[in-house]
Amino acid sequence: MSDTSETNYLDNGKGFASWFYTVDHKRIGVMYLIAIGIFFIIAAFASFLIRWEHLTPGEGIVSAHTYNVLFTLHGSMMVFLFIVPGVAASFGNFLIPLMIGAKDVIFPKLNLYSFWLYLLGASIFLFALAAPADTGWTFYTPYSIDSGTNVIMITLGVFVLGFSSILTGINFIVTMHKLRAPGMTWDRLPLFCWAAYATSLLQVLATPVVGITLLLLIGERYFGLGFFDPAKGGDPVMFQHFFWFYSHPAVYIMILPAMGIISEVMPVFSRKPIFGYKAIAYSSLAIALISFLVWGHHMFVSGQSKLVNIIFSVITFAVAVPTAIKVFNWLWTMYKGSIELSTAMLYSLAFIFLFTIGGLTGLFLGALAVDVHLHDTYFVVAHMHYVMIGGTVFGFFAALHFWYPKMWGVMFDEFKAKIAFVLIFIGFNVIFFPQFILGTLGMPRRYFNYAPEFESLHQLSTYGTWIIGIGFILMMYTLLKPIPGEAGPNPYKSLSLEWSMDSPPPPLNFDKIPTITEPVYNYGTKIEKES
Amino acid sequence: MNWLPTSASTFAEGVDFTLWLATIISVISCILIGFLLIYFVIKYKRKTDNDPTPAITHDSFLETLWTIIPTILCIVIFIYGYVYYDQYTVTPKNAVEINVTGKRWIWTFDYSNGKKTLNDLYVPINQPIRLVMQSDDVLHSFFVPAFRVKQDLMGNRYTYINFTATKEGVYDLYCTEYCGASHSNMLGKVHVLSKAEYALWEDGSAKKVKSASADIPLDKLGEQLYTKNGCVACHSIDGSDGIAPSWKALFGAKRAFTDGTSAVADENYIKESILYPTEKLVTGYGPIMPSYKGLLDDKEITAIIEYIKTLK
Repeated sequence: MSDTSETNYLDNGKGFASWFYTVDHKRIGVMYLIAIGIFFIIAAFASFLIRWEHLTPGEGIVSAHTYNVLFTLHGSMMVFLFIVPGVAASFGNFLIPLMIGAKDVIFPKLNLYSFWLYLLGASIFLFALAAPADTGWTFYTPYSIDSGTNVIMITLGVFVLGFSSILTGINFIVTMHKLRAPGMTWDRLPLFCWAAYATSLLQVLATPVVGITLLLLIGERYFGLGFFDPAKGGDPVMFQHFFWFYSHPAVYIMILPAMGIISEVMPVFSRKPIFGYKAIAYSSLAIALISFLVWGHHMFVSGQSKLVNIIFSVITFAVAVPTAIKVFNWLWTMYKGSIELSTAMLYSLAFIFLFTIGGLTGLFLGALAVDVHLHDTYFVVAHMHYVMIGGTVFGFFAALHFWYPKMWGVMFDEFKAKIAFVLIFIGFNVIFFPQFILGTLGMPRRYFNYAPEFESLHQLSTYGTWIIGIGFILMMYTLLKPIPGEAGPNPYKSLSLEWSMDSPPPPLNFDKIPTITEPVYNYGTKIEKES
Repeated sequence: MNWLPTSASTFAEGVDFTLWLATIISVISCILIGFLLIYFVIKYKRKTDNDPTPAITHDSFLETLWTIIPTILCIVIFIYGYVYYDQYTVTPKNAVEINVTGKRWIWTFDYSNGKKTLNDLYVPINQPIRLVMQSDDVLHSFFVPAFRVKQDLMGNRYTYINFTATKEGVYDLYCTEYCGASHSNMLGKVHVLSKAEYALWEDGSAKKVKSASADIPLDKLGEQLYTKNGCVACHSIDGSDGIAPSWKALFGAKRAFTDGTSAVADENYIKESILYPTEKLVTGYGPIMPSYKGLLDDKEITAIIEYIKTLK
C-alpha cells in the first residue's frame, strides 16, 4: 500500500522554479492558498483599523479620507483577492482531481496560467495602493468617475482577476465532465465537486459582465465616454444593474464552495451518509441559477420601478428555500450518527448556525418595506458578514483543518485549534451581532463619524475584533507548528477518494485510476427495510 | 434597551410590524436549529471508534416538511413586506410637495411658498408629504430612521418619498449613499411641527421657530450655525486640510486666489465668500460651495464671522 520511499507532491522538486512553473494541481492549489491567506491577513488588518477608529465618535486614529480608503481596501481585497478566488481556486484545485479519481485537472497549463493571471491581477491591485481608491468595493458611479483616487488601477486589477476566475471555472467544468474515474457517476460525485461545478458555472457566466462593466468605467474615466455619468447623459443606476448582475451571483461563488465543504465534513464526523444527497446537489444548481435573477434586491431604494422591486423581492424569497433545505439536510446528517467534535466539525457546526442567522436576516432585507429602512445600514453589514465570515470563512477554516493531514501529511494540535475556534466564534459574534441592532436603530454604513448614542454598541463591536484577532493568531500558530509524527493516509476514516492515497499525495495522485463501485458517502449499516 | 428608533410616521408601523414578524420567525428558527445541533452532538457523541450507525440517506416526509414550512414562512414575510411597501409608494391626493436637493454635503429644501432651508426640513404633523428629490452631483440617499423611509437621489432623474409624520419632534436625517470624504457629516434634522407652529413658521420668518438662538453671544451663535448649516462638512476648525480651506487662523490671513489676485480675509471678504462662494476661489480648491444667499440673514453671517475670529 503506502510506500514511504515514494516522493509526494511537496518533495517533488525543490526551489522557486519547481513551484512557479508547476502544472501539478495540488501545488497550484497550495500556492493559491498561501496567496489568498496573505491577502486575507492584510484585508483583515484593515478591518481591525476600521473598528479601532470606531471606538469613539469623531476622528480617532485615522482621518475621514483614510477611513474611506480603509473600507474600500478591506472590501475589495476581501472580495476580489480572497473570497471569490478563495475556496474554489485553492481547495477546488487541490481536491477536485483527487475526489473524482483523476491525475490532474484537464488543462494543467491553463490552470497554471490562471494562477499567473491571479498574481498579475493582484500585483496591479497592489500597485494601485500608491493612491488607493476611496469608492467602496462597489465603485458606484458617478462617485467613482469623480474620485481623484486611483480607481482605474484597482478596477484593472479586478478585470485581470476576472479572467483568472473564468479560466479556472472552465477548467473545473471540463475536468468534471471528462476526467471522472470509471464508476464515478454524477450521482456518486462528492458534494464538494457538485458545489464547485455550480460555482464554476457562475464564474464562467457572470464574471464577463463585471469585466465589461469595469472596462466601461475605465472608458468613462479615461476617455470621458458618458455611460454612467448623468452630466454626460449616462445613467448611474445602469452601473448598479451591471455591477450587481455579477456581484450577486458572486455571493454564491463565495458561499457555494463552503457549502460543499460542510457537505464533506458532516458525514465523516457523523459516520453517516449525507442526508438528502440529491436535494443538496440539485439545490446547489438551483441556487446558482436563481442567483442570476435576484440582483435587483440590492437596489430597492435606487430608483428602480416599483414593479421591478416587487419581482426581485419574490425571486429573492425563492432562493431562500433551497438554502433552508440544505441547512436541514446537514443537520439531519447527524441524526443517530457517531459524532466526533473535531476542530473541522466544530467549524462546520458553527457554519450551520451562523449561516442560518445570515440567511434569516436576509429575509428582512428581501422584504420590501423592511429593506427601505434597513438598506445601507449596519444591518446589511452584519447580515453580509454573517454569510461571508460565518458562512464562507468558517467553511474555509473547516477545510483548512479537515484536509490539513492530506495536504501536509502531518497533524496539528487539536486542543489549541479548538481554543482558537472558541475565540474566533465568540469574537465574531461580539463584532457583528451588535451591528444588527446598530442597523435597526438606523446607523448608516460607511460612516466615518457617528452619533454619540451609538457609541456603546460600536465599542462592543470593536472589542470583538480583539478577541477574534487573538483567535486568528492562535489558529495560524497551531497550523504552522504541526505536532510530530505522520498523519497516515486516512486519519478520520473517510470513505472519500482523496483519502485513499498517501498523505501528502504522490505527484500523480493515483498509480492506477480507481474504479468506483459504491456511493461516496457509504457510511453506516444498511437497514433492510426502513419502517 | 431599544432596538428600533422612535416610530414617527404612518409607514413606520408597517415596517415595524413586518420586522417583528421576521424577528419572531428568525428567533424561533435559530433556537430550533441551535437546539437540534447541540442535542444531536450530545446525544450521538462518539463512544467507540466502531459505533454502529444507520445508513439513512433520505426521508421524503421530513424533506417535504422542511421544504413546505420555509416556503410558507417566506410567502408570509414577502406579503407583509409587499403590502406595506405598496401603501408607502402611493402618494395621497392631498400631499404637499417639498423639493429636496442633495449636494456634497448639504441638504437643501425648497417649499411651495418660496421658502428655502438648509439641512433642516420643516413639516406639519399628520400631513402627507411628498419629497421630490434630486442630486446636484454624486448619488446621495435620504434616510430618516424615525420615519423608516429611504430613497437614493441622483442627477438625471427625480426620485420620491411619501410620508406622513405622526409625532412632533426633531428627527435625524442621514445620507446613506456613500458620497465621499464628508459623507458622515451630511446630516440634517426633520422638524415635525404642530399645525399651529407650522403656520407660524410658514408665514413668519424661520427665525421664530429657532428664536432660542436670539439671546446668545454672536460667536456662540456662529458656532451653532457652523454645524447646523453644514459648514462643518468641508471647513475644519483645527487647521487640518480638507476639500475646503480650514477656518483656523483664517481671519486676517492673506488669501491667494486662482485668478492670480489676493486679498486679506476681513469681514467683507468672508461675507462675500458666504454669499458668492465661487467669485474668489482660494488656490488649490474647486468651485464646490453652494451660495448661502437667502439662507442666512445678516445677523447670522455676522455671527459666523465672529466665530471665525475666535479660531486663532
